[in-house]
Amino acid sequence: MSTDALPPYLRAERGPLHGILRALGWILLLVFAAFMVFPFVWMVLTSLKTQQEIFAAPGNLLPGALDFDAYVRIWSELPFARLFLNSIVFAGGATALSVFFDSLAAYALARLDFPGKTLAFYLVLATLMVPYQITLIPLFQTVFDLHWLNTYQGLIVPRATSAFGIFMLRQFFVTVPRELDAAARLDGAGEFRIYWSIMLPLARPALATLGVFLFMNNWNDFLWPLVITSSTEMRTLPAGLALFSGQFVIEHAVLMAGATLSLLPLAIAFLFAQRYFVQGIATTGIK
Amino acid sequence: MAISATAGRWRRGNSRAGLMFLLPSLLIILVFVVYPIVQSLWMSLNDWSMFQVVHRFLGLANYVELLHDRRFWNALANTVVFTVVTVPVQIAIGLLLAIRLMRSSWWTVFLRSVFFFPVISSFATMAIVWRFLLSADVGPTAAWMRSLGIAPIDALHTPNLALPAIILVSLWKNVGFTMVILLAALQDVPESLNEAAVLDGAGAWGRFIHVTLPSLRQALLFASVIAVIVSLQVFDQVYVMTRGGPLFRTETLVTYMYEQGFAEYRSGYAAAIAWVLFILIMLLSVLQLRIFRYRDVD
Repeated sequence: MSTDALPPYLRAERGPLHGILRALGWILLLVFAAFMVFPFVWMVLTSLKTQQEIFAAPGNLLPGALDFDAYVRIWSELPFARLFLNSIVFAGGATALSVFFDSLAAYALARLDFPGKTLAFYLVLATLMVPYQITLIPLFQTVFDLHWLNTYQGLIVPRATSAFGIFMLRQFFVTVPRELDAAARLDGAGEFRIYWSIMLPLARPALATLGVFLFMNNWNDFLWPLVITSSTEMRTLPAGLALFSGQFVIEHAVLMAGATLSLLPLAIAFLFAQRYFVQGIATTGIK
Repeated sequence: MAISATAGRWRRGNSRAGLMFLLPSLLIILVFVVYPIVQSLWMSLNDWSMFQVVHRFLGLANYVELLHDRRFWNALANTVVFTVVTVPVQIAIGLLLAIRLMRSSWWTVFLRSVFFFPVISSFATMAIVWRFLLSADVGPTAAWMRSLGIAPIDALHTPNLALPAIILVSLWKNVGFTMVILLAALQDVPESLNEAAVLDGAGAWGRFIHVTLPSLRQALLFASVIAVIVSLQVFDQVYVMTRGGPLFRTETLVTYMYEQGFAEYRSGYAAAIAWVLFILIMLLSVLQLRIFRYRDVD
């Protein structure tokens, strides 16, 4: 890279040591990058090994021959299809409901007037400050009392709204010019029409950010499904895999195949929608 | 007249609509967030066992019991050590990465994705992979050590090394988060500030101390508060990698709460642990706000 690429005020600083330090910096950075990707690379490559290979040569990175057997056996050695389905139903259902309900509530808090509005807004803000471990024990009791343990509704309904989502979408709706809905209102459009056909289309990027963020959190969540489900049939991927990994009967390659497959949906989504992942995580900071 | 009648009807309709729009979320928040918070506080004041109908009111006895519970103090100490070590290292590495990768080119963008990728993965699932990587019998690190003639260490089963191993894995998972927060803030620092500092004779270090750090104060505060909250709640990686062992050396507040709540069924005692966690989070958040405001020079 030539000196001209740097801003003019930095050019004066280049001494003889500069090149060496710079090279060292890049080497360090690449070593660190290798450390970051290594667990993923190891996971995928090990899923392609045979069990004998894993025990005989644990230090070998590359498999002797690509063996896709683990990806065949995982469906019979684990109830993997069921775990996958549960993850999709839980993460998909909770996310869809939450984005819908959050946007409804956010619209009300941003654009409508009604008694108790300020109180409701502060209530939403206050719940953001309480760590969810506080609610975990009583929530288990509530879900138990409703006979909802080991059910989809037990997993989904308490997650069907998000205080963060309401807050974030409200901040967005507040910025939409009033003239837009005033015009529609004069034309006789009801509130739901205005919300549905004017506000939601405008909010698409915000809704996508929230949706990606909630889906990722639910898909990856461990403690909540661990508490609310106890039967193998109702476990989600992270909780199911973690519990199976504690059993000696499970083969390493099969387990790594499961880990790889459970990462795949988010990895693919990340490839195409990285921006939404970064925005969601950067604004909330949770997980 | 006609206009004001329409306006009145609109306002009344608006009011009813407002409540209808809010209703689903409000109901869920009241039933599944607000009510459990109140109940949690009430549980912590009772001798409350899961699956039992009658509960005895204890006042603060659960909290007093915590004061004499050595296992609780151990979990608290582990959680604090974990947080105090993880957060500064995470911020330092995140800051270095953000500065190094600030300028956009195809491969800094690629490296940012590499460092960020662990953030989107499931920690429980990746903890399974890490347990495998660190395993003494089938793990690659042990195998490499053997081939170098070093006796392999089984970090996750060694009392003094289990918590450091958990810290290392947590840094691997969360460093990308700090990097992203600081990158966004760095890109907002006006170039003119750096130019002015150079004209004043500041070197690279001087610019870092007097320009970069002060402009990042807000972002550093945010990154640090969130990192502390996430660290105090540490659970997934511990549960999967060590279950709190060996010899309780990696037991944390949330794993102990889980143990008391869902293995011993002592809901009241577990709720009291959760409230200690809440107080700790509040205290440390206020403390950080103080520290960062103290350095406020403008």
